[in-house]
Amino acid sequence: MSLHDQDDPALRKAQEERLRAVWEAPKGLFFRWTDVNNNRVGNWYVVTAFGFMLFAGVLALIMRTQLAVPDNDLVSANTFNQLFTLHGSTMMFLFAVPMFEAVSIILLPQLLAARDLPFPRLSAFGYWSFLIGGVFVSGSIFFNAAPDGGWFMYPPLTTRTDLSGLGADIWMLGLSFIEVSSVAAAVELIVGVLKCRPPGMRLNLMPLYAWYILVVAVMILFAFPPLIAGDILFELERLLNWPFFDAERGGDPLLWQHLFWIFGHPEVYIVFLPSIALFAMLVPTFAQRHLLGYPWIVLAAVGTAFLSFGLWVHHMFATGLPNISLAFFSAASEAVAIPTAVQIFVLIGTLWAGRVVWSTPLLYAVGSLAIFVIGGLTGVMVAIAPFDWQAHDTYFIVAHLHYVLIGGTLLPLFGGLYYYWPLVTGKKLSDRMGRTAFWIMFAGANLTFFPMHLSGMFGMPRRVFTYPAELGIGGLNLMSTVGAYAFALGVLIVCIDLFRSPWRQKAGRNPWNAGTLEWLVTPENENWGVRSVPLIESRYPIWDQPDFVKKVDEGRFFLPDAEEGRRESIITTVLDSRPIAVIRLGTPSVLPMLTAIALGSVFILTTYHLYMAALVGAVATLGFVVAWLWTGTGEIPEKPEKPIGHGITLPLYISGSSSPGWWAMFITMMADATAFSGLVFGYFFYWTIHPEFPPSGPGLNGPGLFWPMVALGLAAAGWAATIGAREVNARGGTGAARLLLAIGIVASMAGIAAGLAGPWTSDLVPEQHVYPAIVWTLAIWTSAHSGVAAIMQSYTLARSVTGRLTPTYDAELRNISVYMHFMLLTAAVTYLTIGLFPVLA
Amino acid sequence: MKLTWGQRVREARVTLWTLIVPPTVWAVHFLTCYLWVAISCAKAGAFPRYPWAFVAGTVAALAIIVASGVIAWIQSRRPGDPPPHDKGTDNDRLRFLAVSTMLLAALSFVGVVFTAVPAVMLTDCR
Repeated sequence: MSLHDQDDPALRKAQEERLRAVWEAPKGLFFRWTDVNNNRVGNWYVVTAFGFMLFAGVLALIMRTQLAVPDNDLVSANTFNQLFTLHGSTMMFLFAVPMFEAVSIILLPQLLAARDLPFPRLSAFGYWSFLIGGVFVSGSIFFNAAPDGGWFMYPPLTTRTDLSGLGADIWMLGLSFIEVSSVAAAVELIVGVLKCRPPGMRLNLMPLYAWYILVVAVMILFAFPPLIAGDILFELERLLNWPFFDAERGGDPLLWQHLFWIFGHPEVYIVFLPSIALFAMLVPTFAQRHLLGYPWIVLAAVGTAFLSFGLWVHHMFATGLPNISLAFFSAASEAVAIPTAVQIFVLIGTLWAGRVVWSTPLLYAVGSLAIFVIGGLTGVMVAIAPFDWQAHDTYFIVAHLHYVLIGGTLLPLFGGLYYYWPLVTGKKLSDRMGRTAFWIMFAGANLTFFPMHLSGMFGMPRRVFTYPAELGIGGLNLMSTVGAYAFALGVLIVCIDLFRSPWRQKAGRNPWNAGTLEWLVTPENENWGVRSVPLIESRYPIWDQPDFVKKVDEGRFFLPDAEEGRRESIITTVLDSRPIAVIRLGTPSVLPMLTAIALGSVFILTTYHLYMAALVGAVATLGFVVAWLWTGTGEIPEKPEKPIGHGITLPLYISGSSSPGWWAMFITMMADATAFSGLVFGYFFYWTIHPEFPPSGPGLNGPGLFWPMVALGLAAAGWAATIGAREVNARGGTGAARLLLAIGIVASMAGIAAGLAGPWTSDLVPEQHVYPAIVWTLAIWTSAHSGVAAIMQSYTLARSVTGRLTPTYDAELRNISVYMHFMLLTAAVTYLTIGLFPVLA
Repeated sequence: MKLTWGQRVREARVTLWTLIVPPTVWAVHFLTCYLWVAISCAKAGAFPRYPWAFVAGTVAALAIIVASGVIAWIQSRRPGDPPPHDKGTDNDRLRFLAVSTMLLAALSFVGVVFTAVPAVMLTDCR
């Protein structure tokens, strides 16, 4: 195919028809929901997260109504506890984080001129998991069964089943399920940014939104797993009475606080950075110039990401930790103000240097920065431990965190909504309604939250369901309530604006005159994403590259056709974005939805102690996952390579460290290893708080040295067999590779038994004391990983036997090798810890 | 032809991994300080016996950060291609990563100093 072929309108029309047919969305009352394309799944995701935001907002209004006057009795104390717990949990887990993922699923492929992200079915799975888990958690309030321990669920209030009911289990298991979907989204987004950029889009030309998404997704990878580890310990205590947080039996509630806030503080930046990312896209558009200080933004994003992991103890200043520990975290909390301020100055500088168009989205951006800065300044105050001791658990903190989150997450998202609505629907929203709503919300937010600083200073503790008139804070609270209703009115105006959209005219392409790739989208919004994948030479190609849009539209760049009737996208290198392969993407399928339903049933049934039914759900999940992988991944292409235009021919199959699948496995295992390190942290944490650890006595002596060492040896054998299989397979030794895989399966299966044999044969009683409980937990975790290793080895063996894995096409074997590296690391840490540490101590 | 030291630095391979060297050093320094003090206070009931080790560790951390900052500074001035250095060339990509690394080194330097202040000034477990 030569370039001049694209001069022929008939050819272009034929190409467009082929692309349209390949990317056509499934139809039908049910089957439309099996779609996996990012434009559809992303929209569902956004609408659902928006719905949860409105729901949590209504909960807040009920609370503000209750607190409007002293000694009010609109709701009971018990209901109030459920209201604030669900408000915080929903806003964080069901709105802020999923909204970031949802917006990214819509925007990222457009920004990267990719037809879709590398794992469209994984996005769909993430969405269905989110929907099921979200409805389960938030619906509980209608049955008076919502969690009521506050959004950070501190034990022992929440672990003692006589003090808190089913709500705690609903929180733990429902939200764990959503954390799984968040990690899935993180994998998708990281691989998307690193491997699916258009040719020529080197790291220094990447849209800043992509930089932020990369950073935030990596943060999710390290922040969410400690919470998952905490959830595991928490549920083991609630369901099986293993005393991780029970001080009477050697546990410590502070461990939960550590694990929760190692998640919880980065979480704040996980929901804040994507908003700055939206600004980094819309500010250059309305300043009509390139963003100033591109590397400074990268500094800010990466620097904030790192520092945010050194802040967690500032939520625990009042717990009695040594002052010197507080000082370390106080120092880091002050340092994080530097990169945060840098990004704000970059945005201000860009506006200053540009010719500003005062549009509605920019109004939201600037207004929310003003609110955010106030929250940031009170943040610098509470980062100082002595001040925090005064303000801890008062309304001052409520004011601080709401200024940060409304200025740093909510209002920017409304700005993004006004900016990107034309991208999704082809229509603009009303400027008049948008501006009216903005000013009402801006005034409402300040009227609600500014007085809370004062009511907190006057001694109003957070989470009280009422207060006496004598405290003299009735007037301040009434102001807050009036402000809350004003804010709600602003949100209502935005909603009305959205509902009127279907009756409006289409706005034309690129209505804001922006320079970045996402505005290649046409008002008709074709499912294929971009007509042809462009060669990128600038950060703002629509502004800087001559005839750029025309060339894209006429298919003059790469991959303008779908000759084989397959959904395809280009894979490029990480640093310089050189094209290395074309991959075939997943097509609409019911499997992601079924997998989500099956996995959701495991979590939901466990909540109600229906363990046998949950086990059935787990087996079904495994079945669906294997079916999904077997039919939808690792397909051997009908020809080794294909031309993508301009004389470039790319392979249709890649394996190893340049393939998306390998990266996905690597990233998933990083998250897995982080969760595991949370459990190991638990073991050594208990060691620090006990003078004698491990303790001795009946039921406490174990697990001995023998079985842990056997288990470690078996893990090493399983690893060696798999790596050996990979190597001999690559050299053509198919039979030997199969034999080695079979040996690996046996080693992994035996590893399960040997791993559990240590605590089992030494009669460690996990209910008795925290030591046997944590040993059992580590052994079970590692044995479960041996089980997963056996499944992966069996799967790969089956692929080989059925001819789906050959010496040339060996992606599965290379991917499970990554798993086996991490498996060996996990086994080494676990078995050396539980086996050797008691000997050394 | 033998490369001079400056040339060798300028040609050194730069990746996303080298970008995060300075903040990683901050993280390691931070965790070491925190864990060492916390464990010593909890298990021994006293501040670590060798306070000068904090000074030594801090100097070592700062040395690595400064070194990566200096290398990045040299690389960020590699000649070739016109300003403002925002094109899709090998040189501009290198300069971008180098400038970002240098900025991160500056931030990490401040971060390490911040962490070191309590470790060096507060020498007890209260």
